[in-house]
Amino acid sequence: MKNFFQRFPDSLIRIGAVFLLFVSAILFVRFIIPSSLKNEEEHVKATIERETSRSVRYAGSDVCADCHEEYNVKKLGYHRNLSCETCHGPAKEHSENPTETKPVVPKKREACSLCHTYNPSRPTGFPQINPVVHNPLKPCVTCHNPHDPKPPRVPQECQACHAEIARTKAVSPHVQLECTTCHTVPQQHKVIPREVKASIPGDRTFCGKCHSKDSPAKETPKVDISTHGEKYLCWQCHYPHMPEVE
Amino acid sequence: MKRRKFIERSLVMLAQFGVMGGIFRRAKAELKDYDPSKHYYGMGIQINKCIGCGKCVEACKAENGVPKEPFFFRTWVERYVIKKDNGVTVQSIDPRIERSYEAFAEKDILRSFFVPKLCNQCENPPCVQVCPVGATFKTADGVILVDADRCIGCRYCIQACPYGARYLNPETETADKCTFCYHRITKGLLPACVEVCPTQARIFGDVKSNASPLARFKRMNKIHVLKPSLNTEPKVTYSDLDGEVR
Repeated sequence: MKNFFQRFPDSLIRIGAVFLLFVSAILFVRFIIPSSLKNEEEHVKATIERETSRSVRYAGSDVCADCHEEYNVKKLGYHRNLSCETCHGPAKEHSENPTETKPVVPKKREACSLCHTYNPSRPTGFPQINPVVHNPLKPCVTCHNPHDPKPPRVPQECQACHAEIARTKAVSPHVQLECTTCHTVPQQHKVIPREVKASIPGDRTFCGKCHSKDSPAKETPKVDISTHGEKYLCWQCHYPHMPEVE
Repeated sequence: MKRRKFIERSLVMLAQFGVMGGIFRRAKAELKDYDPSKHYYGMGIQINKCIGCGKCVEACKAENGVPKEPFFFRTWVERYVIKKDNGVTVQSIDPRIERSYEAFAEKDILRSFFVPKLCNQCENPPCVQVCPVGATFKTADGVILVDADRCIGCRYCIQACPYGARYLNPETETADKCTFCYHRITKGLLPACVEVCPTQARIFGDVKSNASPLARFKRMNKIHVLKPSLNTEPKVTYSDLDGEVR
């Protein structure tokens, strides 16, 4: 070996060594370092490949409709826009292997109160309850079907929703009157209260039936309808549910 | 075998392996039936619809393997409470904590709402600019991705993001962020947060398309983006955005 090196001049060996180092460095950079670390395009492709190959956990509610009848019930109710997996959790595995893995069935109150607890930050009109006073300790599913949520029965009394009005009316001179004396309530108002509203008296002669001078009603305060209050409707000055002296 | 021949052959073999490896890598990176240049994704968020249930946060963590602790988020929901004395409180809500505890008397609240937040997938992303190793980049379909293999965990991008959308994943020690669920959207599915949102507060779609829920959202609402003065041009747009939202 020693003889082999001595056959070349010293400088040539050094140049050779440097050359070898150079070549191995090139080879190292070229072949050992993965191309995705050097080439921008390769790097982007490798990352996209890695991201897209991740496993999906939420299957999407279209998949549920293939097997589950409840989907058809749900799509007509208030929860129609809710994805199944919002409540039942990620179900991709279940959709691929229906018998072995089952998604969760939330039956506790906490599952519903997550969305339906009263919170002043929630948008007005979103159905909210106070879980402390609303049938405490009773699971929501005993009264409400989560796939078609509704009040358990159509309220019979107006005061079920209009409790505040009912309370003021109870101490007002109008206590004897039924709500329906002045308001016509369409049946649909009990189902979709915000879309279909109860009527309110639209003219002065309605109040005049009891309160005008020529009305047959006894013991009611009477005014001359033609002059009193000019152009205004009665309830613009007198709130009929409130106890009033004047 | 002669030494010289051995070295020669092994060099040739090494070169062949390198070339083959390159070809293999290139072939794997091709995604079937998906052309990223035909898409450009964006999201619309209707603040008036958000009920702050935190289902999106939960789903995001489940889908993307984000650590469960409440300070690692790809998407999160902020609760804004603006009080009558002009004090503003912002909390990131934690769906796991029972929110019966209320720190504010309701009569002190002037207005209050929830703001879902996530990576804005900016047109001019500051996080991409600052990355010293080029680990984060914008894809052809407009999503900002992070290459976890290239990321050195220096946290520059976390500092640079004006929306606080990035976090350092404690398991991989690399920066992580919302990818619009890139593995889902490239398969035609919705991002997990959009899928589970019970009130459709989040709308996902193609920014360029003329007929889509996102296009309708942009047509029907007064929309705004977060911190427009920074000229990041976010692709996440908000409707009903309050001036107090930062």
